[in-house]
Amino acid sequence: MPSLKDLKTRIESVKSTRKITKAMQMVAAAKLRRAQEAAEMSRPYTERFNHVMGKLAASVGDSESAPKLLRGTGDDKVHLLVVMTAERGLCGGFNGNIARMARQEAEKLMAEGKTVKVITVGKKGRDAIKRDLADTFIDHVDLTAVRNVGYSDAQAIAQNLLDRFDAGEFDVAKIFYSKFQNVVTQIPTMHQVIPADFAAEEGAEDDSAFYDFEPDEEAILRDLLPRGVATAIFSGLLENGASEQGARMSAMDNATRNAGEMIDKLTIQFNRSRQAVITNELIEIISGAEAL
Amino acid sequence: MADTLQFDLVSPERLLASVEATEVQIPGAEGDMTAMPDHAPLITTLRPGILKVSSASGDSEYVVTGGFAEINAESISVLAEQAVPRDEMTQEDFKAMVDAATDRLAKSQETYVNEPGPVDEAAKLLADMVAMGDEIGLSAN
Repeated sequence: MPSLKDLKTRIESVKSTRKITKAMQMVAAAKLRRAQEAAEMSRPYTERFNHVMGKLAASVGDSESAPKLLRGTGDDKVHLLVVMTAERGLCGGFNGNIARMARQEAEKLMAEGKTVKVITVGKKGRDAIKRDLADTFIDHVDLTAVRNVGYSDAQAIAQNLLDRFDAGEFDVAKIFYSKFQNVVTQIPTMHQVIPADFAAEEGAEDDSAFYDFEPDEEAILRDLLPRGVATAIFSGLLENGASEQGARMSAMDNATRNAGEMIDKLTIQFNRSRQAVITNELIEIISGAEAL
Repeated sequence: MADTLQFDLVSPERLLASVEATEVQIPGAEGDMTAMPDHAPLITTLRPGILKVSSASGDSEYVVTGGFAEINAESISVLAEQAVPRDEMTQEDFKAMVDAATDRLAKSQETYVNEPGPVDEAAKLLADMVAMGDEIGLSAN
């Protein structure tokens, strides 16, 4: 049975924890709005970009001369997984879910006898990957110093990927990130960036024949495909940013509620023991008086 | 025939402009072109340059680098990797862009020793960049 003093300190400490989680929740809510705005601002670009790429890809088709970034190396032995997570924890299952998805994919590929390489973006993902897939880990991109992710950050990551692709280090590249659905739901997503896959784009084929291209289709593709990688990574980063804040917000909301419940429970316990102490004292006084 | 066409200028980070334009001058990779309503459908890549938009509410100019434009009879979408209203373009921004292009040239000269293609492309990018600077009165050094 803890003493009254112990209970009092417990209550105080849980109260200050609740203050912290409450504050973190509010900060996350504010950041979430900004992150969501950023994600929405980038959407027109991504949509149109993919739309045009779909048209181009459809008109070039599978011809021999199509750039490697679209057609692939003709092999799929070496897979590069780009795992994008948050720099910080305390956001529920957010980082864990992405890392788990990447790990499952890596295990599946390795079971098929393929080579897997992993690049991580975000400290938390790096920690998880280093623990589970240490021998596949090849590089880490540090965004700790970056407050608001900009397109140039995505470009740097894309350049890293493209250099490795040119050097023949891998055949297929996939990015892992969390798609922002709403504050409680974030969906870990896998997206293949190299070779680029625009087949899913709607209406990709309907009117491509009427377009003129300047310079020709293939030159445009050569110019745009590397940008496509950057665009895909950028939208992944932004989705991730919004997801992270959303996940943190709901995790901290839960924590605040739990702390509240704990405080209630402890307070009841505190009051009961206080009452017990008073009753005891009274009994002692009364029995003392009776003995006289 | 419609008098105007829907013009959208989009960069990865935001939608910069969305107006009804009467005519748009685009710095295409193979030369400037002016698109007016009922233009034939065309997709072109951009070189660094000035994009001029004329609309009922006046003219505006943007500095754009990298990207492409999709033109058809009713609309023009310009997707530029970097796009800045011309008035907001500063010497520092421009310097950063020129430096990036210079780096790219140096790097491609290293990587592609026997392939002139990428080196020429990088050199052209830098030259276009400098030419654009001259046009808007910013120096590359």
